[in-house]
Amino acid sequence: MINREDIANMANLARIEISEAEKDKLTKDLESILGYVSELDQAPISSETAVSKSFSSVINVTRKDDEDINETGSSREGLLAEAPSVSGDHVKVKPVF
Amino acid sequence: MANIDLKNLTITSASESMIRGDYTARELTQAYLDKIKEDNENLNAYLEVFEDALAQADKIDKRRKAGENLFPLAGVPIAIKDNILIKGKVASSASKILANYHATYDATVVEKLKEAGVVFLGRTNMDEFAMGGSTENSAFGPTKNPHDNTKVPGGSSGGSAAVVGGDLALASLGSDTGGSIRQPASFCGVVGLKSTYGTVSRFGLMAMASSLDQIGPITKNVTDAEILYKTIAGQDKNDATSTEPKSVDNIPTKLVIGVPTDFVGHGLDPEVKANFESSLEVLKKLGHEVREISLPNLKYSLACYYILMPAESSSNLARFDGVRFGLHIDGENLLDDYMKTKGQGFGLEVRRRIILGTYVLSAGYYDAFYGKACSVRDLIRSEYQNIFDKEKGGVDLVVTPTTPTPAFSIGEKTADPLQMYLEDIFTVPANLAGVPAISVPSGKTGSGLPLGIQFTAPHFGEDILFSIGKQFEQSV
Repeated sequence: MINREDIANMANLARIEISEAEKDKLTKDLESILGYVSELDQAPISSETAVSKSFSSVINVTRKDDEDINETGSSREGLLAEAPSVSGDHVKVKPVF
Repeated sequence: MANIDLKNLTITSASESMIRGDYTARELTQAYLDKIKEDNENLNAYLEVFEDALAQADKIDKRRKAGENLFPLAGVPIAIKDNILIKGKVASSASKILANYHATYDATVVEKLKEAGVVFLGRTNMDEFAMGGSTENSAFGPTKNPHDNTKVPGGSSGGSAAVVGGDLALASLGSDTGGSIRQPASFCGVVGLKSTYGTVSRFGLMAMASSLDQIGPITKNVTDAEILYKTIAGQDKNDATSTEPKSVDNIPTKLVIGVPTDFVGHGLDPEVKANFESSLEVLKKLGHEVREISLPNLKYSLACYYILMPAESSSNLARFDGVRFGLHIDGENLLDDYMKTKGQGFGLEVRRRIILGTYVLSAGYYDAFYGKACSVRDLIRSEYQNIFDKEKGGVDLVVTPTTPTPAFSIGEKTADPLQMYLEDIFTVPANLAGVPAISVPSGKTGSGLPLGIQFTAPHFGEDILFSIGKQFEQSV
């Protein structure tokens, strides 16, 4: 169901480095887990109960846009202190492109 | 200096003692600090004991001396799971990727507890990013079960359960996504509550699976759980998924308790089975009706959970990229930074679940896995709603053992992840459906390992859980 290349692809998409040995172990693990979760195929669901129609009893909640956005109690200094690399008031990053 | 009997202490008795003047908050905190000094190196339940614990206690004593009326949590020493933020303190989710991260704000639950005057003793060990059922996935070593040091305390809130079970704290907070409060509570012989989804704010809880996570209390008895829950619950404007809790009036004296025999029969350890059966007798003796019920779709819960939870986690953990906070490993370029930071900062179980989550959400597989799991989740939620519908002949509560086995040995289930996942079988349904569930100690195995019984109530039925929980614990 899932092979080594799939694992390598997924790890790449998730931006996570895994060793060659880990690739082997993870392939085995995920094969086993996906095998188990595939038993959902037996569950009595249909296209009627598809994602778009599920969570029918749950509603979306949004807040007004005019609220004061600085209420969380974090200060800029506090946040910058946690960043690995800063330059003045900015978080410093490597070039994106 | 009072010689305080920590073993038999409860939140209520400690409060009353402090009000009476039997001992001060400082003396109580000191008693716990002394016990921690004795036991924590062995148990590894606390990742950090806060240096200012006594100073916190002193503040409470000062306020009490000034005549302030403080009750019932003032001066009560509490431990907090390492994924809940306390401003200025390290919160690492037991991960190397956050080993030196200091929280920049208080979680809402922490704010509420600060107002109530608790003393925060320290942060407790857990499975890394709450991924696990044994606390063996911590980047900082496993925690031992206080009842038997060769066994796990459960997980992911293993540290929080171990400190209460081992009298290293009077109560603690954990988080529960698939059973992470209830299972370790059961393994450590204490009470653990996961309330209705939304009743406790997740603001300041490091998110694992946002639609499943809830913070909850781990305590010595049900009354303490109720006190702690009622203090931390409440709608929070900082958490859009939070909602106001509700009380239940007119709880029937004779409750109808359903046992889903089609679900509970499988794979039970024989001692768990025997203990469960005698627990059912206790419930009958208390005057309640114990009825066999059928919940045919509950058996899909675990598969459903192990698709939804990794999917949501893979999304939530994307933020840990070494840019704005946490560990930063330098690579050749930005992409390499990400790969190396996550590769080295996340443990194997975390990476396993992120990759699994990425897979089930990827193009071509989304409908087959994630889409199906969403539908099954709705099915399970409806199944609970139907079974709790009294007008259709439903029940007041559903009861199962909390776990299929007692605490297993450290290292026993680490080779095969699926074996570990199967321990969650009775706890995950409540998270999927959003219903409240409590684990209450129900006895011990022949070798002295604690066992637990789990009661599940309808949405917002916490009061029913407290009622049956208190009745049960007094009879066992």
